Amino acid sequence: MSYSDKVIDHYNNPRNVGSMDKKDSDVGTGLVGAPECGDVMKLQIKVNPQTNVIEDAKFKTFGCGSAIASSSLATEWVKGKTIDEALAIKNTEIVKELALPPVKIHCSVLAEDAIRAAIGDWKKKQESAKPLEVQAAQ
Amino acid sequence: MSTKTATPASQTFGQHHAPNGIKLPIYMDNHATTPMDPRVLEEMLPYFMEKFGNPASRNHPFGWAAEEAVEISRERIAKLIGATPKEIIFTSGATESDNLAIKGVAAMYREKGNHIITAVTEHKAVLDTCKHLEKYGFRVTYLPVQKNGLVDLDDLKRAIDDKTILVTIMAANNEIGVLQPIAEIGKLCRERGVIFHTDAVQAIGKVPVDVNKMNIDVASITAHKLYGPKGAGALYVRRKNPRVQIVPLIDGGGHERGMRSGTLNVPGIAGLGKACAIAQEEMAQESCKMAGLRNRLKDSIMSRLDEVYINGTMEHRLPGNLNISFAYVEGESLLMGINDIAVSSGSACTSATLEPSYVLKALGTGDDLAHSSIRFGIGRFNTEAEVDYVGDRVVETVLRLRELSPLYEMAKEGVDLKSVKWAAEAH
Ligand SMILES: Cc1ncc(COP(=O)(O)O)c(C=O)c1O
Ligand code: FES
Repeated sequence: MSYSDKVIDHYNNPRNVGSMDKKDSDVGTGLVGAPECGDVMKLQIKVNPQTNVIEDAKFKTFGCGSAIASSSLATEWVKGKTIDEALAIKNTEIVKELALPPVKIHCSVLAEDAIRAAIGDWKKKQESAKPLEVQAAQ
Repeated sequence: MSTKTATPASQTFGQHHAPNGIKLPIYMDNHATTPMDPRVLEEMLPYFMEKFGNPASRNHPFGWAAEEAVEISRERIAKLIGATPKEIIFTSGATESDNLAIKGVAAMYREKGNHIITAVTEHKAVLDTCKHLEKYGFRVTYLPVQKNGLVDLDDLKRAIDDKTILVTIMAANNEIGVLQPIAEIGKLCRERGVIFHTDAVQAIGKVPVDVNKMNIDVASITAHKLYGPKGAGALYVRRKNPRVQIVPLIDGGGHERGMRSGTLNVPGIAGLGKACAIAQEEMAQESCKMAGLRNRLKDSIMSRLDEVYINGTMEHRLPGNLNISFAYVEGESLLMGINDIAVSSGSACTSATLEPSYVLKALGTGDDLAHSSIRFGIGRFNTEAEVDYVGDRVVETVLRLRELSPLYEMAKEGVDLKSVKWAAEAH
């Protein structure tokens, strides 16, 4: 397997590695994949509740170099975006940016899933935190 | 081979030097193939140009010179395994030898029975040949292996029935290097009147193999695992006590006493013979050196990392083999981190099939640990300095990747990874 320079760069210098407090109400956590499949991604976002802008993102990944690069890139891309903008990120854009070969497309799919899962988690927290009448008013 | 080799060297092939003077990349994948020994090359060279004759040409000196080389090689191979020269048939390598042995015996003894016994951890050259025969009315028993990688002799005993014509069990495994109890298997087969074939590719020249002491009837050999050239192999076929007959796969000019037609690959054969002669001389000493280096690598890794697991027994194992799973780290990403070292991984991510190593799975290794496995194959030309470098690089890369691993973090937090309900989205 030969890797593109961008994959190698993310692998050697992964951006935004780390973890945030899962319990923080502004933090959304996505955990996707399975150890038996050889890939698990954890992607976390910290969202400004006033603006819906993702102010910080962190990841940890168990997986191949392309999986590490896809999740590293995903954290770069979601930072500064609103929730809706982040939801619009497609795995195909990751494939293109990292020049992933066909056998590695599922690594990018996993990164897209991780973004969605993190946002989903954050949204769920917002809903359960909000008083009922505010929810109804929306 | 199911262990797929990523080619880390491809990105860095321009050779460079590590600080301590060793040449990079380091080749430590000697179960995939071995570099040629220069003495082997030297033996082969005359047979390309000066002595180019066809050994089947019986009436001129060109043919005689080639024939002489072939017969010297036959003697050298025979000597290494305790056989006689007439029992050696030249082939294009072990895939052909395995096919010839299994299909050849099956066709010859079809009247006697249709049952074949093998093991789940065999090389694909054996497994797929057996599968092929299943389509033609043969019944195949695939013996399981124990956690240590070895077949259970009681399982074998129970599997043999009055229709069994062939047992084919490898001498040494190409992924985990474990040595099957072939002397015991041979004895059992002899007692029960069943032909015993062994794929001895990884064992010959590394550990003693004696066809008489071990009651082996048919054995596959290949040169390129033995510091010889690729595309040259042999099959040992017993000629007495008992005499084993095989039906050829390749018909034609009747070479190799009709068992394998086709003009012989004289340079390759000369190389295979020389490789065996060198092994005969140096095996005892070399295997001590290999085991020393292998244990040094093992200690270097195990003393500095927790949660690493050796796959297969250390007790019955090729001296140069080490197969380790590094929990919480995926194999391909580890290979990428040590890309100045050529090794291979049982991880699915390094293969097109997305299935981790079937050999490791057969040991009961979980898929997660199979994905985390690395096979180190130490060979004749590896040095202590290289082993130390590899140990350091592996340790630093595993530590770095564990910092990146959500599984490691969860395990350290006390989460039982087996109890997590994973949302598996990809393969
Ligand atoms: C155990 C075993 N059998 C058979 C083979 C096939 O040998 P060859 O490459 O000579 O066809 C190999 C090599 O990959 C092997 O390791
Ligand atoms: S994680 Fe398996 S191929 Fe990328």
